[in-house]
Amino acid sequence: MKDFLFVYRADYNAMQSGTAEQMQEMTKRWMDWLGSIAAQGKLIDRGNRLNNSGHVLKPNNVVTNGPYMEIKESIGGYSLIKAESYDEAVEIAKGCPGLTMGGSVEVREINRL
Amino acid sequence: MNEYMLIFRHEDGNRVASPQQIQAWMKQTMDWIGGIAAQNKFVQGNGLPFDDARVVQHDGVVTNGPFGEIKETIGGYIIVKADSADEAAEFAKGCPVLQGDGNTVEVRKIAKADGVH
Amino acid sequence: MKQQELIPHLFRTEFRKITSVLCKLLGLAQMEIAEDIAGETFLLALETWPYKGIPENPAAWLHAVAKNKAKNYIARSNVFNTKIAAELKHTTPCAQEIDIDLSEKNIKDSQLQMMFAICHPSISTEAQIGLSLRILCGFGIEEIANALLTNKETINKRLFRAKEKLRSENVKMELPGDTEIDKKLETVLLTLYLLFNEGYYSESSDNVLHEDLCMEAIWLTSLLAENEKTNQPQVYALLSLMCFHASRFAARRDKNGELILYQDQDETLWNEELIAKGMYFLNMASTGHVISKYHLEAAIAYWHTKKEDTREKWENILQLFNQLLRIEYSPIAALNRTYALAKANGVAEAIVEAEKLNLADNHFYFTLLGELYKDLDSNKAKQNFEKALILAKTPTDKQTIQKKIGALSAG
Repeated sequence: MKDFLFVYRADYNAMQSGTAEQMQEMTKRWMDWLGSIAAQGKLIDRGNRLNNSGHVLKPNNVVTNGPYMEIKESIGGYSLIKAESYDEAVEIAKGCPGLTMGGSVEVREINRL
Repeated sequence: MNEYMLIFRHEDGNRVASPQQIQAWMKQTMDWIGGIAAQNKFVQGNGLPFDDARVVQHDGVVTNGPFGEIKETIGGYIIVKADSADEAAEFAKGCPVLQGDGNTVEVRKIAKADGVH
Repeated sequence: MKQQELIPHLFRTEFRKITSVLCKLLGLAQMEIAEDIAGETFLLALETWPYKGIPENPAAWLHAVAKNKAKNYIARSNVFNTKIAAELKHTTPCAQEIDIDLSEKNIKDSQLQMMFAICHPSISTEAQIGLSLRILCGFGIEEIANALLTNKETINKRLFRAKEKLRSENVKMELPGDTEIDKKLETVLLTLYLLFNEGYYSESSDNVLHEDLCMEAIWLTSLLAENEKTNQPQVYALLSLMCFHASRFAARRDKNGELILYQDQDETLWNEELIAKGMYFLNMASTGHVISKYHLEAAIAYWHTKKEDTREKWENILQLFNQLLRIEYSPIAALNRTYALAKANGVAEAIVEAEKLNLADNHFYFTLLGELYKDLDSNKAKQNFEKALILAKTPTDKQTIQKKIGALSAG
């Protein structure tokens, strides 16, 4: 088994903020998806959502407000999972509810620090 | 106290480093993280090798890196505890990744306890 | 061995064997009965040996007496009628034929099971340590009180409550199943680790008692290492750590019992045999995927068995502390890491890092800053040592700091 990081990206500015019901529906889909990974014993850490605002540090201590306003997509959250291979990890990622909202999932193998 | 994710962005993941450079960089990174852990502010972290990464797009298309719309590549991340974004940014300033021209560290507050991604 | 030394010695080695085996037989709820029977056995030895002479095989004599007392107890008590009889009905017709198995194997098995029973999450760590000292190490209540720097009443109350709790939780004497063993082993190892530290870092002046505590912790850990269900890498790592530390016993106290700091120790007094054992166990620990804090602490202790100040040594120690802090923060690890940083990366960097530590209520913090400034700015060094002196509580610590201040003005 290898460990993988899922990085969830989307263009959060373009996203319509839905009704309370739609938000609840989306939350449920996320929870169900993560639950199904956990049920397979493959969820290491369901991870976190990241707030939209942030900072970006550049060399020589230059700090700008971020994240990455010059590009549309930003990172919205992450999870840690286990899988036998990249292919299996990608299969799992295909079920991510964020994909139905125009987002993407970056799949990266982890090198334990 | 809040938690912040420091995301290491490398300008070009294909840039080749010598084994000596990698070793020196590893030591600097371990010392940097050790310094944060010694203040009891380290939560977790991981390195992300550049090879063989994939992106699953919203239309189900799977591509290899580079990722998103930028050629920048995430090389790893750590999560730290800090009272403010400024304190988290202070930690980020010590990150050895910033020695590479064009590299950046993104500092993002973790949204807690709302049960949503 | 003279008689006045023999009985205490046998008490230490045999009391725990008898108690564990009897608890296994009678059930953990009868722990006090088991202790009483073992205690009465020793009382009989004290009363008869001075007149009749020491038996040829004193341990066997004690076992035989304990067996008889246990059989008598079983015959008399309701326990036999209601509990054991029900279980033994098919095999054993009467109390006199009950086999009280004091074989080497049953003793070890019982002690191992007792270890898991005592280190039960329902009772506090303090109580686990107290009970371990009493039941597994055969310490008297007064000895436990001395070792844990408290009084007999506190220990009595603590042990009483812990036994009550084990009874009400219906804790059984058994090795945990395969699914639970990792989690339970973690608790047992933590108790053993604290037991060792209690002996190694204790402030009280009875050095013999301290070494005893450490040796008992080593003995209990080696029971785990000998059993194939429990001999996991982290057990070997803990055992290795204990051996490395214990190797410095002879070097760490002077003739008056005062602590000698690591850098001032005479390394020819370090125990080579224990160092070799530590290395053997560290090797045994190097399997599997998990690097526990015991692995990291053992590896740090390994580098401390090399007295010479090399860059390699301090670089390794620094990286090990970096890793250790990521797994588990502690102020002392943070301070030791900063010291290693000074040795590996230079004092200037270490001072910058030290000032971020936020440990201003800790005298070790100011002692460290004093050390770091020693060769740069003796005024600043002195100021820091003086702050440390105000915060230090024990006479030993105050003395150590005072020596450092003295050395500054001399130099």
